[in-house]
Amino acid sequence: MKRYLVIGATSAIAQACCRRWLVKQQDGGGASPVEFFLVGRSAEKLEQVAADLLGRGAQTAHWKAVDLNEMASQPRFLEEAQAALGTIDVALIAHGTLPDQKHCETDADTAVREFWINAVVTIALLTRVADIFAAQGSGVIAVITSVAGDRGRPSNYLYGSAKAAVSTFCEGLRARLCRQGVHVMDIRPGFVDTPMTKGLKLPGLLVSTPDRVARLIAAGIDRKKNVLYVPKYWALILWIIRSIPTPIFKRLSL
Amino acid sequence: MNSELLSWGRYPHFPQTPHSVSWRSQVGATLETLQRTAGTTLPFGNGRSYGDSCLAESDHVLSMRLLDRFIAADWDRGVVMVEPGMTLGELLALAVPKGWFLRVTPGTRFVTVGGAIANDVHGKNHHRQGTFGCHVSRFGLWRSEQGLLNCSAQENPDLYRATIGGLGLTGIIVWAEIHLARINSSRIRFVTERFDSIDEFFALSDELDSTYEFSVAWVDCTAKGSSAGRGVFSAGEFANDGALSASGDRKITVPVTPPFSLINKLSLRLFNAAYWRRHPRKRRSGSAGYEPFLYPLDAILHWNRIYGRKGFQQYQCVLPPDAAESGTKALLQTIANSGNGSFLAVLKRFGDLRSPGLLSFPRPGVTLALDFRNEPRLEGGLFPRLDSIVRDAGGRLYPAKDAHIGAADFRDSYPEWRELERLRDPAVNSRFWKRVTQ
Repeated sequence: MKRYLVIGATSAIAQACCRRWLVKQQDGGGASPVEFFLVGRSAEKLEQVAADLLGRGAQTAHWKAVDLNEMASQPRFLEEAQAALGTIDVALIAHGTLPDQKHCETDADTAVREFWINAVVTIALLTRVADIFAAQGSGVIAVITSVAGDRGRPSNYLYGSAKAAVSTFCEGLRARLCRQGVHVMDIRPGFVDTPMTKGLKLPGLLVSTPDRVARLIAAGIDRKKNVLYVPKYWALILWIIRSIPTPIFKRLSL
Repeated sequence: MNSELLSWGRYPHFPQTPHSVSWRSQVGATLETLQRTAGTTLPFGNGRSYGDSCLAESDHVLSMRLLDRFIAADWDRGVVMVEPGMTLGELLALAVPKGWFLRVTPGTRFVTVGGAIANDVHGKNHHRQGTFGCHVSRFGLWRSEQGLLNCSAQENPDLYRATIGGLGLTGIIVWAEIHLARINSSRIRFVTERFDSIDEFFALSDELDSTYEFSVAWVDCTAKGSSAGRGVFSAGEFANDGALSASGDRKITVPVTPPFSLINKLSLRLFNAAYWRRHPRKRRSGSAGYEPFLYPLDAILHWNRIYGRKGFQQYQCVLPPDAAESGTKALLQTIANSGNGSFLAVLKRFGDLRSPGLLSFPRPGVTLALDFRNEPRLEGGLFPRLDSIVRDAGGRLYPAKDAHIGAADFRDSYPEWRELERLRDPAVNSRFWKRVTQ
C-alpha cells in the first residue's frame, strides 16, 4: 500500500505526479494499491482529479476543498487525511501562485499577500506535516519550490524570495528530521508548460512538460534526493547564475 | 507557453493560435471569449488531421489536449467515460493491462478521443467493427447557444449523428462514453503474403477478411506494367493467451524539418521495390505486439517532417464495390505514371456496417490512401486526374486527410452536408468547411 497526501492537488505538476505514481504501481504488477488524499481550493476540480485517479487505478482518492490561506483550516484537514490514510508515505506540497512581479513592486499589500501565500502558508503546512511524519517515524515530505529561489532576480524576486524562504526552511527541517526516519525533499522545477505559465514568453528549449517533471520527481522521491532540480540541467544553469559576481549580476536584467 | 500549431500535413500553411482549456467548466467561457474576439473557433485535439479540417477559419483554435481525464471507468464492463483530449494511446496504456482494447483504432494512437469522434475514424477491422463512432454510446456537447447537451441515439439524436464525423463543427465535445473490446493477450497473430496484382488483392481479401479481425494491404504505387498492383497483404487478430502489456516508450524521432523533402522519385522506387521483396511470396504467419502491427508509424515521432518544409498531402478515397477493382487499377496506374507517391500506400476493404455518423467517410467498397510530397503539380495535374476517376466511380474523399477537394465534388459526394451546416454551432467554423461550403 502506498499512501499519498497531495496539497495543491489541482496543479498541473501535482496531477502529473499522481498519475505517474499510478503508472509505477501498474508497472510493478499492480500488486500494491495506491491511496490518495487530495487537498485544494476548488471542490469541482478536486472531484474531477479524484475521478481521473480512480479511473487510472487508484484504490481510493479522498479529497477535501479548503482555503489553505486560512491557517485555522490546516490542522483539521490534516487530521482528516491521517484518519483516511493511516500512515502517510509521501506528502507532496504543490501549493502556490505565480505572482505578477510588476504589480508586487509597486503595491506592498499585493507583495505581502503573495509572500504570505507562497512562503508563510507553506511553512505553516510544513511545520504541521512534519509533526505527523515525526510521530510516524517515516515518510517523505516533498515540496515544490523553484529555481527562482536560487538568486533574487529583478524579473521575479518576490516569487523567488518566497521560494527561497521555503527552501531554507526545508534545509533545516531535513537536518532535524533525518534522525527520525523522515526525509524532506526540495523540488526546484525550471520552466514548465502549465496553466500557471500560460501567456508567458518562455524559451522553448528549456520548457518541460508536467509529465516529464513528474517522472523526475517520482524517481527523485524513490532515491530520496535532498534538492532536486527538474530537469537536472537547471542545476548547471543556476550554478552559473549564482556564480556571476554581484557587480555584474545587478547590471543584467535576468 | 503557447506555440503555433499546424495540421499533420503541414499544408496549407495557416499557423493556428491555441487557446487551451484545462477544466471542463472553462469550455463555455473560453468559447464565448473566442466567439467575441475571433468570430469563430474550432476544437483542436492532437493535430493529426492532415489537411485543413483541423484549422479554424479564424486561425484561433480551442485546444482540448489538456482535457485528458477519466470521468468514470468501469473496468469490469469495459466502458469508460473520458474527456475529449485524452489520446487513444493514453487510454490504451491503462486499458491493455486490464484486458481491454479499443473496438476501433486508426493507424496512429496519437489522436484524441474528440478527434476520433469528429472524424469518425476507421481502422483495419472496419469489415468487422465499423467506425469509431459505432462504439461511442453518448457524449456531452457544449453548444454556444444551448450550453451542455447530452447526446446519444435517444437524446438529441440529430446532434449525436451530426457530431460523429462532424469535423468538430457541431460544438465542443466535453466528455464521451466509449465501449471497449475484451482481449486475452496484447499480442497479435498475423499472416502476411505478397500479391502480384489488384485481382489477387481482392481474392485475398475475400478469403481472409472473414476469418481475421484486422486486414490491410500495402501497395507498391510505383510499380508499372506487369508488376502493377503488386503489394503485401496482412491480416491478424489478438492472440488467445499471453501477457497483457502496454507498449514501451522506445521511439525514434525526426528532430527537425529538413528544408527539402527526403522523399523523391529515386528513394521511393528503391524503397518500394525492396519492401516488396522483403515479404514472403507464400503465406507466412507470425506474432507481434499490437504496437508494430497496428501502429507501425508511431515508432517514428514527427515522421511528417520527412517531407520537408512544404509538407505533404494525403489522398484517401473510397470506391463503391462495383467500381472497386477497375477504379483502384485506374488510380494506381495514374499514380505510377506520375512518378509521385509514397512508401505508405494502403489498400483496405471496407465492410457494410453503417456508422451513426451523418458525414462519416467509410462506406462499403475499397479505400486507397497514400501520401504525396507537396508540390504545385499535385493540384495542377495529378489530383484532378485522380478526382475524376473517383467521381466517375461514384466514390468520395476523406475530409480528415484532405486539403484540395473542390466544393462541387464535396457537396455531390456528401449530400448530407446541408444537414451538418444546419446543425453547425455558429461559434465554430473551419477552413475546410468554409472552402467546401461557402
